[in-house]
This record gives sequence, C-alpha cells and structure tokens, in this order.
Amino acid sequence: MSEVLLTVDDLRVTFPTRTGEIEAVRGVSFTLGRERLGIVGESGSGKSQTGRAIMGLTPRHAKITAKTLNFAGRDLLKISDKERRDIRGKRIGMVLQDPKYSLNPVMTIGRQIIETLRTHERVSTSEAKARTLAMLEAVQIRDPERVFSLYPHEVSGGMGQRVMIAMMLICGPELLIADEPTSALDVTVQLEVLGILDKLVAERGMGLIFVSHDLRLVSSFCDRVLVMYAGRVVEELPSADLSKAQHPYTQGLLNCLPVIGSDRHPLPVLDRQKEWAL
Amino acid sequence: MTAVLSVRDMVVRFDEFLALDHVSLDVAAGESFGIVGESGSGKSTLLRAVAGLNAFEAGSLSINGQSYSGRSRSKEFYRTVQMVFQDPYGSLHPRQTVDRLLLEPLAIHGFDNVDRRIMRALDEVGLGSGFRFRYSHQLSGGQRQRVAIARALILEPKVLLLDEPTSALDASIQAEILNLLEQARRDRNLTFVMVSHDLGVIHHMCGRLAVMKSGKVVETVAADALEKRDFSADYTRQLLVASEGFRRV
Repeated sequence: MSEVLLTVDDLRVTFPTRTGEIEAVRGVSFTLGRERLGIVGESGSGKSQTGRAIMGLTPRHAKITAKTLNFAGRDLLKISDKERRDIRGKRIGMVLQDPKYSLNPVMTIGRQIIETLRTHERVSTSEAKARTLAMLEAVQIRDPERVFSLYPHEVSGGMGQRVMIAMMLICGPELLIADEPTSALDVTVQLEVLGILDKLVAERGMGLIFVSHDLRLVSSFCDRVLVMYAGRVVEELPSADLSKAQHPYTQGLLNCLPVIGSDRHPLPVLDRQKEWAL
Repeated sequence: MTAVLSVRDMVVRFDEFLALDHVSLDVAAGESFGIVGESGSGKSTLLRAVAGLNAFEAGSLSINGQSYSGRSRSKEFYRTVQMVFQDPYGSLHPRQTVDRLLLEPLAIHGFDNVDRRIMRALDEVGLGSGFRFRYSHQLSGGQRQRVAIARALILEPKVLLLDEPTSALDASIQAEILNLLEQARRDRNLTFVMVSHDLGVIHHMCGRLAVMKSGKVVETVAADALEKRDFSADYTRQLLVASEGFRRV
C-alpha cells in the first residue's frame, strides 16, 4: 500500500428516532490506499451508511462523529458545504445500486454526464461532448453517439450501470465508492460490468470501496475485505485468506451459500451470538 | 412417472411481445423442478400463467389430470396449487395481522378447526404463536417470507410454485428459508416448481431444471449434470460461469 488516500478512525453514524438513538455505524476504522477494499455485511450492518458518510450523503438529521475522517489531507467533517461539493463527484465518485432510480429520468444520458463534467471543470461544449463520448466508449458502449441522446428508460439495466460508471469516472476521481453496483443486474451482465469497473480502476489507479452483501463476489474482486456486523467491523482480512476467516460470522456467511458441486442438506445456518453485536 | 403438472406449447403474449414461445414441460409428482434464466426470459411469466395470474392464449395446461385454459381457475385449483412470491414486502397485506392473513384462505375454502390450523402453520414455519397478532411491518424480510410460506401451506396444496423466494433476502436468511422449504417438501410430499436466477440455489433445491432464454426453454437437464458439465447449450455454460463469480482476465 503506497500513499494513504482515506483514513477513517472511529466513525459513528447515529439516527435519532422516536424510541431513542439508533447507532447504524459504531466505531468503524480503516485506511485506504490506491487499492480495492470490499465492505461486506447483511442488511442493517451499516455498510452502506459507512460509504454514504464518506461521500457526505448522510441525511441532515443524522449525527456523524469520528476521531478522524480524512481524505487526501482534508478533514471531511470540518470542511464547508462548498468544499464538500467540490470533492463530491470530482475527487470521490459513487456508483449506486439501481440505475433505474439513480439516473435523472427526464434528461438524456449525454446531458447528465456533461452536467457532471461542467460542474467541476471549465470546458467548452464541444470538448465536453468529445470527452463524454470517449468515456462512454471506455465503458464499452458500442454506439456512444446513439446512447448519448437516449433517455435512461430507453437503456437496459446493464447499460444504465455503465452510464453511471462513466458519469462517475469522467472527472477522474481518486476514490470510487461502489454501493452494490451489480446487485440489480442479471448474473451474466454482472460480470461484464465488474470487468469494466475492474479495468478502469486498475488503469486509472483509483482507490475503490466496494460495498456488497455478496461475500464471494467481493472476495473475488477486492484485495482486502472488511466484514461488518451490527455497525462494527468484526473482521478484516486479505481476500486470498478468506478460507482462513476466524470470526464465526464470516465463516457462517461463507458456509450458508448453496454451491454447485457440494451436497449439503440441510444447509448450515448462521447461529447468531449476542456477543457479536457488543 | 406420472406428471402432476404438464404444460404443452404454452404461448403468452403481451401486445407485440412474445413472453412465452411454445413452452412445454412436465413435472412428476413429488419432484422438485427448477427454472433458471435471466430477467425477461419468461421464467416468472410461466409460473404466473400456470397460477392463472397471466392468461395464456395458446397451448394447454393440466394439473393432476385436470386441464385448465386461459385465465379461469376453479377453487379446487387453488387447493392443489399455491404460490410464494419474490418480494416478501409486497406480498402480505399491510393492514392485516398474520392471524387474519392466514385465516383468509381457510375461510374461502371452508376449512374447520381454523384456530388449530393457524397455530400449526405458524409452528411449522418456525414462527411460534408470538407472531400471530403482529402486522407484517413488524416483521423482518425473512419472517415475512415465512408467513407467506405458511399461507401457501395452510391449504395443504400438492404443488407449490416458488417465484424467486429468496432473492430479496440476505444470504444467511436464504439458507434458513431453503431449509424450511425442503423440510416442508419432505413432510408433505409436495411438488415444487421453483424459479430463480441463481444456479447454486436451483442446484441445491431441485432434481431437474429447465434453462430459459427469450421465452423458450433452451434445455432441460438433471441437476447433477451441472456438476459434471454434462449439458449441450452454450447459454447454460454462460450461466454456470457467471454463477462462479468474478475472475480477472
């Protein structure tokens, strides 16, 4: 790991509710260089809220605290909204789960990508268009000119997710947060999209945080994996050593998947221990 | 082998779009049959057409020797065939308690001993009587799916249609629900027709499976053929490779 891009120390995200405060993230710490980090956990484990807190997308009423939340030398908790906006989209990009809900339905794909670009850089219209087309080509869209003038509802899920990746990478961010980028896609399309993401992240030397519920997928894609449970990191390990996982939760997650070639009836289930959540 | 469910040359069309293009399959009594394919391949449409939720315009359907057409289904049909849906959040009435949800099918079909049947159904899906008077928003996704399964099983059907019953659930909860379904099938000698996009799940649950693509059945193979790679269609191979996870090239 070369330079440190992001330092997170004791990150906590708290939501006030009628019945008291809910701590969704309870003291998450990690550092990230220019590498691929996977965050895995089940629903409600706080994995998405961790990603959102870094991006600055936590709802206003929630409270974020951390000893350190440092991105490339800047304290993300202290900077103004204006500085936040400069970083968001320009230096940190985020790919969301479902392209159907995260693209603007009343704007053509080309215009949306250009909007991102011109928010952050002063470029001429013709240059913006040229760069957008080049970016669409980089995410392996065969006919960029045609897709440029389409609306999001006119493209498939896999294509929409490529558009999303193109939009996030056009400003050349140093860090990309991908929150379940392929969960809404078909299995066959999933691999194509992951392949494109993988190639671009490697070529551009970005840091990547890959948030997913799929432990196997994450371990085949990332260098390092954080396993979260009930708002905490219960285990951190290199993807290659996944089979040597120590924590019973990680082992349970690995074991409970049906795999072709094994014959286990009934499937082993997770026996949740109270002390995991402490 | 007697087919409990038999579909011949079924055609379903939505305006111009041919969702099912002459699909045929036979499922034997007590068998667990899987259907895999990507979105839009027609796998859910097939299940819905069997259940009478979509009309089919050509072909035939027979269940237990009784043939059904188009859309109309008798009351008797729903005592034989029940369905569990993908989305546990959308398939339970938000303003009915679990008790009321389970009472409805019993009342429609005129069952007696409703109290005991509801208790037993809840017990069987591992929920216990503590859940009986809760609303569905007070339950987690896995618990809701258990209620949906209880609702399907309470009529003591012969055939259970399962449309992606675990794809909205976490991996750890998925294992619990799959075990529950297998147990129910063993205890009641049920016939399953299960749709999923996950080959691993289908391989685990089913003895035979059909691979579907753009409204057609590409091939029908035994589940162990997947292990031995003993299949002919290229598309099956693609699905199998995809299910093994990401590989850097």
